[in-house]
Amino acid sequence: MAAGSRRRRSQRIRVASYLLAGLVALALVLLVDWRTLQANFADAEIFAEQFPGIVTVAARNTVIYTVFAFLGGLAVGLGVALLRLSSIRPYRWFATIYIEVFRGLPALLTIILVGFAIPIALGVRFPTVLGLPTSGIIALALVAGAYMAETIRAGIEAVPRGQMEAARSLGMSHSRSMASIVVPQAFRIIIPPLTNELVLLLKDTALLAVLGTSTTTKELTKFARDGVNANFNGTPIVAAGLLYLVITVPLTRVVAQLEKRNRQAR
Amino acid sequence: MSEPPAASTPAAVPAVDPAVDPTVPAIDVVGLRKSFGAEEVLAGVDLAVGAGEVVCVIGASGSGKSTLLRCVNRLEEPTAGRIVIEGVDITDPDCDVDDVRRRIGMVFQQFNLFPHLSVLRNVTIAQEKVLGRSRAEAVDVAVRTLDRVGLAEKAGDFPARLSGGQQQRVAIARALAMDPDMMLFDEATSALDPELVGEVLAVMRTLAEEGMTMMVVTHEMGFARRVADRVVFLDGGVVCEQGPPDQVLGSPEQDRTRQFLRQVLERE
Repeated sequence: MAAGSRRRRSQRIRVASYLLAGLVALALVLLVDWRTLQANFADAEIFAEQFPGIVTVAARNTVIYTVFAFLGGLAVGLGVALLRLSSIRPYRWFATIYIEVFRGLPALLTIILVGFAIPIALGVRFPTVLGLPTSGIIALALVAGAYMAETIRAGIEAVPRGQMEAARSLGMSHSRSMASIVVPQAFRIIIPPLTNELVLLLKDTALLAVLGTSTTTKELTKFARDGVNANFNGTPIVAAGLLYLVITVPLTRVVAQLEKRNRQAR
Repeated sequence: MSEPPAASTPAAVPAVDPAVDPTVPAIDVVGLRKSFGAEEVLAGVDLAVGAGEVVCVIGASGSGKSTLLRCVNRLEEPTAGRIVIEGVDITDPDCDVDDVRRRIGMVFQQFNLFPHLSVLRNVTIAQEKVLGRSRAEAVDVAVRTLDRVGLAEKAGDFPARLSGGQQQRVAIARALAMDPDMMLFDEATSALDPELVGEVLAVMRTLAEEGMTMMVVTHEMGFARRVADRVVFLDGGVVCEQGPPDQVLGSPEQDRTRQFLRQVLERE
């Protein structure tokens, strides 16, 4: 009898939930001014105007910034991870300080530091890559490197100790064993979190909007913001958002698949 | 064709080829001590293994036999004492331990094959990176060595596809491909299912019959009895008793040896 009443009760809760959801939907339809919403965020004409530039310039630049920052971050992260695991104490200190500093600072502050403060202070001009300024890429790589260093370190530590011992017993030096045996296995373990890092980095390229990039070097967010200002309309932001999702959603699906496969492999 | 007079640099002691000079032991352990924190695992071990000799080290778990073996190629750093490999003191801080290790093959309880590499690559990688052999030469040696352990047809597989016994035979081939002067076996069959132990022991036995210098830490008393030239019983971090297998395993002199053998035989 207790079980029966419990079933009836959960049934009542479900009916109530549907009713509530229906009421909210009805209220939205009646209360929201759909015409104004559509005019401000989904203007077909303005939407069409964003193309092809939003793809051929903005999305392209976003991807290029992401890829170079990722590769740079990977190099920094591997270097810092190896320093972090070094038997030489000052190296470990340096790595720990590096990781704490760049994870502790807002990425935006690092971008402003590398993009404005350092060029002003030292009078240096960063080179360009594929026609894009590298200051933002460097800043993002420094930040991403700090996060990746911890991921890579965890990966290296997850490789069984016997692997290093087997390599050393064959006469390989410590660094040779690391390079040929341990690090390749570590990267297999950390492909899912690294892909996740890639998604985060892609979204962080939006911060480069503060660098006041020119017409040809804008990434998606700056492109959309300029579009909003020019049209006095929110549609370009919606278009940019859709393009971000076109890139990030498949990537996160890949991460989920990789994680599932890793779990099964164990 | 007279040899030039020995160089006057005192540091450079030339490695004596034990095949030429049989008075130099392949492995000479002198007063070896090893502590992990406050716990002393090896409390002064003296043990010599001659060239071509097969020495089985037996003892209860925790008696320090694996630690002893791992000290011989300095996977463990000795706390005190000396280890001399073919006349070279490898406990000397100036010793190039990588150079000594390439002459000592080691086989682990957990196989420790490289899972991201094919069987063939497992056997060729150190030949290329350490001995500087060409890819073609390394492959040639690998195929021949895999054939010796009866696994030539598995060259293209990844380790995960192989049974434990096959993996351990690949691990033996990986060590043999480096043309070592001696082989260390650290409980090579302890992680195997019982029906797979035989194939690994058979490979080890063939190796012993071919004259390989071997130091074997094992729980396989039958193997020790049939294959060893000498059995060493380790107890409490020291060599308690050693001698020919018939003597140590058949009519041991020490009470502790008798007690250990009784426990082992009861289990079997």
